[in-house]
This record gives sequence, structure tokens and C-alpha cells, in this order.
Amino acid sequence: MPHSPAVEVRGLVKSYDGRAVVDGLDLTAPAGAVTAVLGPNGAGKTTTVECCEGLRSPDAGTVRVLGLDPVADGPALRPRVGVMLQDGGLPTGVRAREMLDHVARMYADPLPTDALAERLGIDAFARTTVRRLSGGQRQRLALAVAVVGRPHVVFLDEPSAGMDPQSRLAVWELVRELRDTGAAILLTTHLMEEAEGLADHVVVVDHGTVIAQGSVPELLASGTGTPGDDGTLVVRVSADVDPLGLRERLGPGFAVEHRSASSFAVTGPVRPTTVAAVTTWLAERDVLVTRLDTGRRTLEDVFLDLTGRSLR
Amino acid sequence: MTAAAERAAPVPRPAPARRRVLAQAAFEARMILRNGEQVLVTAIVPVLALVGLVQGTFVELDTAGASRIDFLAPGILALAVMTASFTSQAIATAFDRRNGVLRLMATTPLGRGGLLAGKVLGVLAVEAVQVVVIGAAALALGWRPDPGGLVLALVGVVLGTGAFTGLALLVAGTLRAEAVLALANLLLLVLALGGGVIVPADRLPGPVAAVATWLPSGALGDVLRATLVDGTLPVVPVLVLAGWTLVLGALTARLFRWH
Repeated sequence: MPHSPAVEVRGLVKSYDGRAVVDGLDLTAPAGAVTAVLGPNGAGKTTTVECCEGLRSPDAGTVRVLGLDPVADGPALRPRVGVMLQDGGLPTGVRAREMLDHVARMYADPLPTDALAERLGIDAFARTTVRRLSGGQRQRLALAVAVVGRPHVVFLDEPSAGMDPQSRLAVWELVRELRDTGAAILLTTHLMEEAEGLADHVVVVDHGTVIAQGSVPELLASGTGTPGDDGTLVVRVSADVDPLGLRERLGPGFAVEHRSASSFAVTGPVRPTTVAAVTTWLAERDVLVTRLDTGRRTLEDVFLDLTGRSLR
Repeated sequence: MTAAAERAAPVPRPAPARRRVLAQAAFEARMILRNGEQVLVTAIVPVLALVGLVQGTFVELDTAGASRIDFLAPGILALAVMTASFTSQAIATAFDRRNGVLRLMATTPLGRGGLLAGKVLGVLAVEAVQVVVIGAAALALGWRPDPGGLVLALVGVVLGTGAFTGLALLVAGTLRAEAVLALANLLLLVLALGGGVIVPADRLPGPVAAVATWLPSGALGDVLRATLVDGTLPVVPVLVLAGWTLVLGALTARLFRWH
């Protein structure tokens, strides 16, 4: 594709009633990749995507999709962009297949709707009205509508909201295929699992700006000041033991905390040898490990470190 | 081959504009005619009103020399135009707006302009069905419209549709869906009784008459009566309707919110 990146947002500002919901946001999404915009509710994710879709005009900054302005160049851009809105946007009285076929008529060369409907399991509820569909069924239909025009750029706003695990897998698989055929996919989510499992590139957004970005491994490695592989090993055991003796066995650089009759925690460099030392020490005392958590940072930890743990 | 792997077109192309708009118009009309409540309001209620008013002698009417059915049929047709272009359209658009349907269709090649054009054509299609149903009922009751006036009456139908669709989109694009539901039904009732639709404005009590003459409802009723009873196109009501169409269209373009 001639345009790289497929989506480029620079210094985007958008306010509602004088309150900046998006405040100087920069974002790029390359072709042939899944870019996840991750952030808590109210972070400005949907507004950003709506500016990319041409549904809202930015107050400041520039938005380019395939090199075009989504508002001014709308007619040229719309055939090349697929959209899945957060609230679905499906009329309640329409039947599932009827809606898919209707949107397909807007394109000169749409995907064959039979194959697409079969692929996403829409056949099973083809003649059911949207009003009677489950959350997962609606989301699958909305995704089919978004991709039926063979778009080069796909915007998916919270695609997994309300989905059962089977639907989610089907959706993820289709998204990966779209990526492999060269489309740029920009999705918003607050599900770590989705960002971790699906995204090539994650952009963490809070209070209308980007606070971190990178691939999932890069974000996991990104610092909160913890050097190297330091972590916490949480050990659940079958019998109460005093772990102080373990601290001597492990040597300097480790701390041991007795948490309850059935668990204790080891803080320090978590390496294979550390785990082996802990289990050996317990074996010598005829105590069984019932659960062992190496406490590696997950994307969720990174996210909570970045956006804070308090409710909002 | 999987669905996504079939992507072949180097640059996806839209369907021609005419096909997009016609597809949307057919879609809109189908949605309205499939909905039982809408069929009740747009076709059955006008027919019942026609039969009741023609057969029932409980309402005194000064028909100015015309037969009772010839005098009433144009008013009932005007009422039908209002149900399709105003009440039904306002409610459908308000809920589509709340459910994000307008925004979704605006992101497809149809776009906002195509969506609005599709809606207006969809209303005209529903009105065609109404005219057939109500016209057939009226003919069965002995209606004999002025043959030359039939084409002139279309001018009234189109202008009335323009004005009332403008009003429908204005309320649907500015108020909450629930408020639109209440307002659209209430306004239809008020205009049907005191808006100069079935009973001409100049037969209404003093102050109401003065207002009703200048309302789109009164003007639409007057145009349809003059064309279908006498075969003449009255200038003032046509201008009133055209004025409302322009004013409401401009207000809608300014105030309509897609979100």
C-alpha cells in the first residue's frame, strides 16, 4: 500500500463543553498490523477513533487515514475504511443477513456475504432481528458489516464487548487474517487479554494523551524502576512452615514474608534456580507446593502502574 | 478460501451513488412497512377515519356543495402524508440516532447525504402505498376526484413531504428518542384535530383558524382539497408549504446532531 502509516494522528485535540477529552494525542497505525488503543473508560479512545472515522471534526491537530482527511475527503475515503462502532449501529428491526446484504450493496465489489456470514456464524441467526440477538451475535454481525467492503483500514471500537469466548476467538481469527492480507487494524479495548493476544502495537491512553506505547514485550519490559528480573514468588503450601530458614538457604538479595498458615512470599531475583531452591527446601520438610506464582508482570500490571489503581 | 483471503480489489470502490440511495430508500420503506405499529398509524388509522367520518352522521360537516367523501378524502390523504413523513419518520430517525445507526451508515459509502436522500425517497415510497390503500377505500366509498387535479395534488404531496420530513428530522436530531416518541404522536393528534387538515382552517373557531391557515398542516389540507375537489392549484398554501420546507430544511441542516 502506498501510504505508510495507514493512520496518522498528530496533536489531536477534541473538547466537549470546554473539557478536553482528547488533549494532544499522537498515534500511528501501520498497514498489515493490529494497533490496540488501550485505556480506561473516559480516556478518549472512542473520540479519537471517531475523529479517524470522520464522524467528528478535530478542534486542533491533524488526522490522516491513507493520506486523506477523514472529514474533507470523506467520499474518497469511506469506501476504503470499515467501521465497527462501540454501540453497534445496527437498526433493531432489521434481520441479521438483511443488514449485512444491505451494507454490501454500498460497495461495487463486496466480499461474498454467504461466505462471510458462514465464517462468522451469522447463518445461525440469519433471519433473527437485531433486537433479539445476544451481545456476541450483534458484535459478530457488526464486524461482518465493517469488513464486507474489503477495507484497507478497519476501526473496531471495543470489538469484544459483551462477547462470549467462542465469538471472541472467531473475531480475533478474522482480525488476524485481515492483518495478514495487509489491512491496518486500529482497535480500542480495555481488555488486557485482547491487547496482549491480538495487538502488534499497543498505545496506552489516559486523560486524552498517550502515556506509553510499544509492542507487548516492550511494554512488559518498560520500567517501573524494578531492576532486572526481580519479582515476587508467591508459594502456597500444604502445611504451615516458618520460611525464615528458607531465607538463609537463598542467601543475600532475598526477603521472605510469612503471609498465612498456607502461604509465604519470596522477593528477589526470580530465576529457575530460585524456584528449584524453594521447592527443594520444602521437599526436605515433606511439605507439598499446592500453587506457585512467579509473579511476572502482565500487561495488566503495566497498565495499572501507568493509569493508577483507584476507581474512577 | 476464507472470507478475508478473498480480498482482491486493489482499491475498494463504492457502488454508484444512485444504487446506494435506492438501496437505502428500499431499506427504509421495508423497515417502516414491516413494523406493525407503523402500518397501523400510516394506513389503517387513516382508512378507519375515512370510513368513520363518511358513514357516521355524528359529525356535522359543511362540505361547500361537494359530496361528503369528495370533501373528506383529500384531508385524509393529507393526514396520511403527515403520519409517514412526520410521525413515523421522526420516531424511526430518533431511535436510529440513539442506536448509532445514522453514524454507522454515515461511515459507509452511502454517507450522510445519501442517507438523507434515502430517507426522503423511502417516505415517498411509503406514501405511494398509502395513496393506493386509502385511494382504493375512498373510491369504494364513492370518491370521484377531479381527474386534472390528480397531478396537481402531487405538488402538494411532495411539498408537504418536504416540510414534514424537515420537521421530523429537526426533532429527531435535537431531542432524546423518548421525547420524540411522545412529541411526534402528540403533535400529529393536535394538528389532525386543529391544524386544518381534515376540517379546513377557515371552518375552525376564530383564533385557531388564523393560526392553522399558516401551518404546514393547514396548507397541505388546502392544497389537496383545492386540487382534488376543484382541479385548481391554490397559490398561497403552495407558497406556505414551500416556505416551511425551506425554513425547516435550513434549521435541520444547522441543528441536526448525529451523536
